[in-house]
Amino acid sequence: MSRSNDDIENLIALMAKLPGLGPRSARRTVLHLIRKRALLLTPLADTMTQVAVTARECLNCGNVGTSDICDICEDSRRENGELCVVEDVADLWAMERAGVFKGRYHVLGGTLSALDAIGPEELRIPRLVDRVAAEAVSEVILALNATIDGQTTAHYIADQLQGQVRLTSLAQGVPIGGELDYLDDGTITAALNARKEI
Amino acid sequence: MEWRDHGILLSVRRHGENGAIIDVFTQEHGRHAGLVRGGAGRRMAPVLQPGAQLDLIWRARLEEHLGAYQAEPLRSRAAAALSGRLALAGLNAVTALLAFSLPEREPHAALYTRSEQLLDLLEQEEIWPLAYLQWELALLEELGFGLDLSACAVTGSAEDLIYVSPKSGCAVSRNGAGEWANRLLPLPPVLRGEGDAGDEDILIALRTTGFFLETRLAKALGNHPVPEARGRLLDTLSRRL
Repeated sequence: MSRSNDDIENLIALMAKLPGLGPRSARRTVLHLIRKRALLLTPLADTMTQVAVTARECLNCGNVGTSDICDICEDSRRENGELCVVEDVADLWAMERAGVFKGRYHVLGGTLSALDAIGPEELRIPRLVDRVAAEAVSEVILALNATIDGQTTAHYIADQLQGQVRLTSLAQGVPIGGELDYLDDGTITAALNARKEI
Repeated sequence: MEWRDHGILLSVRRHGENGAIIDVFTQEHGRHAGLVRGGAGRRMAPVLQPGAQLDLIWRARLEEHLGAYQAEPLRSRAAAALSGRLALAGLNAVTALLAFSLPEREPHAALYTRSEQLLDLLEQEEIWPLAYLQWELALLEELGFGLDLSACAVTGSAEDLIYVSPKSGCAVSRNGAGEWANRLLPLPPVLRGEGDAGDEDILIALRTTGFFLETRLAKALGNHPVPEARGRLLDTLSRRL
């Protein structure tokens, strides 16, 4: 491509760094944006510029929003004493998509990992302990991933909050629509251990 | 280059969008890293949990390359580990210590066998702490920092051995200790494979082995701190008392 197309090449190179996109799909995306300049490209560029300026982490829970305190923390209707601890903002959004949890969240920003030198101070665990003491929290739901790192972190948090508040964690087992034949041994064992009466 | 081996998964690092670089303690090739394509994807992520027993095929163009693994699960230990606090702390301690202490691509077949047996006992909480203590002694031995607890380093007697010398790692008897007793480490009978294996004695024994992990092994590895996972295991054990 000629030098006059450097900007477009830059855009393609940046797009190719996004999750789910490679050089070829980035090229196709950019071409599509250019063809839909008024409908997509200009509004997208404007919105991205705006978000780049306003996006920040909530000072209270670690959610991503456009104000210092996010909408969930501001909403007094969600002050029901339940605090759901998640690993990442993506997990918070997944919980919100389900629409069943009506309390507030706390985003840790990762899990404990000796290998990557991530200790409690690197996560928002001290802030969580402060919140439990300061807010009227009656139950902390540890909605961490069912991985070794996730559950190690859950146990660590449980130790920190023991005796202060009711502690619960998400159940583990067969996913909705899951077929036993396709499940791994660990999931089947966890599901069997957590069986319930019908 | 290509080989096939069995291994214990020690750690997983995400690589790119779907890939993962895994660190595995293999039977014949020692601790060996490699790339698993799709290792962070939905199908493989539940399989690639630390502690998993894997059947591995490693391929690379040259020996010194990172190479790529084709990994098939033999046994998942995630469910066993997630079933209890001690099991989880134990699995973390074993995998973290192996990743911390073993040099890459150096076979340690005897330690591999002991590690596999230890991890298979994860769910048996009553015997696991003792098995872990014996494994830690074997780890020190394998890496050249073994303790000699057969006889007193001072008197040569095999009777009344109640101390370990922090300098030599040898047993010291009550008589042999003399005025140096307060500078020596405790040697509970369980450390010599004798007496009742109560949690309290095991904890004391683990503090003694911990001293050698910190002052000998970690020092030899560039003074890096011993993984926190071991400390968390000791905390979990002390909570059972």
